[in-house]
Amino acid sequence: MYEFAYHRPGSVSEAAALAGDHADGKLLAGGQTLLPTMKQRLAGPSDLIDLSRIDDLRGIEVKDGVVTIKALTRHVTVATSAEVKAAIPALAELAGMIGDPAVRNKGTIGGSVANNDPAADYPSACLALGATITTNKRAIKADDFFKGLFETALEEGEIITSISFPAPEKANYQKFRNPASRYALVGVFVAKTGGHVRVAVTGAGSKGVFRAKEFEAALEANFAPAALDGKSVPASGLNSDIHADAEYRAHLITVMAKRAVAAVA
Amino acid sequence: MTAVSMMVNGQHVSAEIDPRTLLVQFLREHLRLTGTHVGCDTSQCGCCVVHVNGDAIKSCTTLALTCDGAEVTTIEGLAKGDVLHPMQAAFRENHGLQCGFCTPGMIMTAVELVNRKGTNLDEHTIREELEGNLCRCTGYHNIVKAIGAGAQAMASAAE
Ligand SMILES: Cc1cc2nc3c(=O)[nH]c(=O)nc-3n(C[C@H](O)[C@H](O)[C@H](O)COP(=O)(O)OP(=O)(O)OC[C@H]3O[C@@H](n4cnc5c(N)ncnc54)[C@H](O)[C@@H]3O)c2cc1C
Ligand code: FES
Ligand code: FES
Repeated sequence: MYEFAYHRPGSVSEAAALAGDHADGKLLAGGQTLLPTMKQRLAGPSDLIDLSRIDDLRGIEVKDGVVTIKALTRHVTVATSAEVKAAIPALAELAGMIGDPAVRNKGTIGGSVANNDPAADYPSACLALGATITTNKRAIKADDFFKGLFETALEEGEIITSISFPAPEKANYQKFRNPASRYALVGVFVAKTGGHVRVAVTGAGSKGVFRAKEFEAALEANFAPAALDGKSVPASGLNSDIHADAEYRAHLITVMAKRAVAAVA
Repeated sequence: MTAVSMMVNGQHVSAEIDPRTLLVQFLREHLRLTGTHVGCDTSQCGCCVVHVNGDAIKSCTTLALTCDGAEVTTIEGLAKGDVLHPMQAAFRENHGLQCGFCTPGMIMTAVELVNRKGTNLDEHTIREELEGNLCRCTGYHNIVKAIGAGAQAMASAAE
């Protein structure tokens, strides 16, 4: 690791001030992505602003059919939350599929969403459920938030404070894991609310998480696995790597989407 | 250098450390508690698992400074004097180790698993929960057996 100065603010405003003072600094949440990256010297922030003591950033609230999860809430907490399980069971299940128990004991929803790893799980839930990402400055719709590989609408030093998920009528997440890394080789989140269906795909897109609009239209006409027969996402926009080529990923997207629909149809 | 203090295995410790110090380095190099191992140093293998405020975490992927004021338990903190913790005893009885390198992490993971999910664990649950712990020797079979037995023994010990 390169050297850095360490700060432990007690409030969001203090953290924001520190971030403003240190343009080359970085926020530290669970550290499950940032610390490995720093150890490999792929990141070398001048300052680390450790959010772990900001208790205001922890907690889950369900109100008027919207589940609001504060940024520092850990994956284990979401996975085991009775409120989340009741309102959006697919979201709790997704959180329980992230990494392994030790990673879930540290990693946070805010860190995962801010990081926007193309193989991360939460971005698919944000996009499919039409979540709103709230920061210390503004509220951003998921559709406007995820901008590409590790790219988001966040400005320098902007802090995610919470993420709000409107509870859908039906939702399911299917993940085809890379058995070694446990990240998604392909993950498909399907959500249905009234006549509207949203399908978000993670792990596969060369620009990160995306919506499969053709699948959405087909499922709005007929919410059944058979509606996706013969449909596929073009392989041209998908990743090829040592784990899976683009054609295989395209195939997996249809299979995972059908399984998600079958689980709740 | 920055000051840090925490409770490790029930003892208060404090030191001045470089902010880059990982919890595992602090435990092994400053406190000489070398039971916690570093297998991969890339958050994959789970040899470095310890408990921080009761949660099993990878100490190679945690800054010591983040643990300021925390209660930390390592493999050295499980036995009571000469009496092994029931989970440690179960690993011995069930031949749950060969070289032993992964064992501290396996045992710390297993004890937290029991604390979280109870003492009646089926094989499937144990295997799923071991996702973050790699063993290069045993083929896992006896580890899974040991954890099931250790969980039962923890139940009897609690009675
Ligand atoms: C072995 C292993 C397996 C994993 N498997 C999976 C998996 O299957 N699926 C998956 O989705 N993820 C996986 N992860 C990643 C894990 O979910 C991380 O916890 C997550 O990506 C980052 O969250 P964090 O709290 O650890 O963030 P950190 O690592 O602390 O931070 C990540 C980035 O987000 C920024 N940040 C953090 N919090 C905020 C905030 N509130 N506002 C603005 N910016 C912020 C940081 O500055 C940093 O750039 C895995 C990690 C490991 C080590
Ligand atoms: S040494 Fe920490 S996970 Fe391998
Ligand atoms: S016993 Fe040798 S690595 Fe597990």
